[in-house]
Amino acid sequence: MTSMKATPEPQADRSNAERYLRMYRQMVRIRTFEEQANQLYLTARMPGLTHMYSGEEAVAVGICEALTDTDRITSTHRGHGHCVAKGAEFRSMFCELLGKAEGYCRGKGGSMHIADQSHGNLGANAIVGGSMGIATGSALRAKLFGQDDVTVCFFGDGATAQGLLYEVMNMAALWKLPVIYACENNGYSEYTKTAEIAAGSLTARAEAFGIEAFRVDGQDVLAVNELAERLVARARRGEGPFFIELETYRYHGHHVGDINRDYYRSKEEETLWKTERDPIIRMRAWLVEQGIAAEAEIEAMNAQIRKDAEDAVAYAEAAPYPDPSEVDMHVFTDVLHATRIGA
Amino acid sequence: MREITLSQAVNEALAEEMRRDPSVFILGEDVAEAGTPFKVLSGLVQEFGKDRVIDTPISEPGFMGLAVGAAMTGARPVVDIMFGDFLFLIMDQLCNQAAKTHYMSGGKLNVPLVVRTNLGATRRSAAQHSQSLQALVAHIPGLKVALPSSAYEAKGLLKTAIRDNNPVVIFEDKLMYQDKAPVPEEEYLIPFGQANVKREGRDITLIATSSMVQVAMKAAEALASSGISAEVIDPRTIVPLDEATLLASVKKTSRAIVIDEGHQSYGVTAEIASRLNEKAFYHLDAPVLRMGAMDVPVPFSPVLEDLTVPTPDRVAEAARRLCAGEMIHAA
Repeated sequence: MTSMKATPEPQADRSNAERYLRMYRQMVRIRTFEEQANQLYLTARMPGLTHMYSGEEAVAVGICEALTDTDRITSTHRGHGHCVAKGAEFRSMFCELLGKAEGYCRGKGGSMHIADQSHGNLGANAIVGGSMGIATGSALRAKLFGQDDVTVCFFGDGATAQGLLYEVMNMAALWKLPVIYACENNGYSEYTKTAEIAAGSLTARAEAFGIEAFRVDGQDVLAVNELAERLVARARRGEGPFFIELETYRYHGHHVGDINRDYYRSKEEETLWKTERDPIIRMRAWLVEQGIAAEAEIEAMNAQIRKDAEDAVAYAEAAPYPDPSEVDMHVFTDVLHATRIGA
Repeated sequence: MREITLSQAVNEALAEEMRRDPSVFILGEDVAEAGTPFKVLSGLVQEFGKDRVIDTPISEPGFMGLAVGAAMTGARPVVDIMFGDFLFLIMDQLCNQAAKTHYMSGGKLNVPLVVRTNLGATRRSAAQHSQSLQALVAHIPGLKVALPSSAYEAKGLLKTAIRDNNPVVIFEDKLMYQDKAPVPEEEYLIPFGQANVKREGRDITLIATSSMVQVAMKAAEALASSGISAEVIDPRTIVPLDEATLLASVKKTSRAIVIDEGHQSYGVTAEIASRLNEKAFYHLDAPVLRMGAMDVPVPFSPVLEDLTVPTPDRVAEAARRLCAGEMIHAA
């Protein structure tokens, strides 16, 4: 395992200013999207519930910034961050969260199943670890067809307890598939500390298959992106697969309704991560210090994102629900209404 | 017309489709040089190479998952599940992922894959290599399910399955791999959702799937000698199901027995019988009978195993009693 040690903050490369700002902007977009989603839940305007990504923004953004639209990702039940980072729009996302016809999945998927085919997001998945085969199969297709796209499989530390991971990593390593397993270790497997569910080291699991494994500070978007750029380029050249453990933190509970969580983690711990290691605060300070952006510009950017999100929420709330006749559409590709066959 | 075995028919269907469409590939355990334990795939790796006839580790959920991802991104994998019993191992990938992806994505993602597997008892293989689990997958919306009853159907249905843009599970009767049937040299496909009237009759309809079609045909012959005219219908696919053909037949004959090798309770026979009951009730002169496999794990001892599946004698006997107006239970 190669550990990406916390290095002194790097010097900015001016020619990359636009990229730095885009990464910052994408992280703020994720955080802002989530604040709105949380409000929708707390004010009972959203059906069901949702799993918040806040705190983990640097992971999704640092990795997706290294990908193109033809590269694929698979996401998780905690998937808003990956979705935004891969290029999704607020309007279609909020419409999906509210079960509206203009949602990415016409309201059939909801928060846990958003897929955005146009940007290569093969979908969030509500089965923990459920998308590991899909990601690896996407990489198998790339190899068989001689295509040079890379697939990133996002999953959490909790999902490392699923046997599927070991089956697919074995095949990915045997066949040198262009897939990157991105393990977001936020310290908790739902309501249980990772230390209580995972024996040994996470990276060693991948290394057992001969997969090069890395550990990186998941709160440092520049470090995540630097590593991702390198591994994506190598995977494109056929040097994959790779495994990355990203040390990160989930600010909210397992889901939005998991409010009283003192029994599994302390308020002090949460506060420490939010104040000392927040990926957005960190990046913002660095942008200002390096002279990439002034405080005022950043404030203006944040305000614009907030307005975009509020507008998108308003749009989604006013948007129509799917027509009831859609309930049995999309069961099969070639049958308009599945339950009307032979009726 | 030439006759070939069911095994050869499957092999031909795959070869033809792989020649036609480079995105079709085979994935499974011992599919390449070994050609599977039943030798159904022998020779394919020589023509198409190891990149398109891929031997996997013994990791059914893993390679089923790979097939889902490959299918979602433009390939057309044909997954080989060596024994139908191993379907239990791939349930999450098949039923939670493949079956639901098109729906959950609001129609944006397709999963054009085929799971080839088998069914059938009386091979003395005991409880974990003998099950007929078609009801299990037919229960899940989003999966199509094909049950070929001869070499002819095996080829035509498999070719249709490979071209279908949905996940399809196709069950071959493992006891029929060496059975020959007339199969045209020229290309043909069998559309899904079109039942085949194997034998016309007036007095009773025997609706039978896969391995049970032969059983029903033999029963019909026996019944003919005792003056009962039985119609035999093979639905060929249970999802989609050609209800119209089944209903028309039952309305004509007024009696029906549904025969399928899956366990009888909560099974294919129950579903079809129930639909006939709902939609042809006033045309019926007798209760619709279900004849499935006995609700026990398949036993090893031949003496016991043979008791668990419908036989021509038992089907004919049940038909005689129905036609004689005896109220009998589907025991």
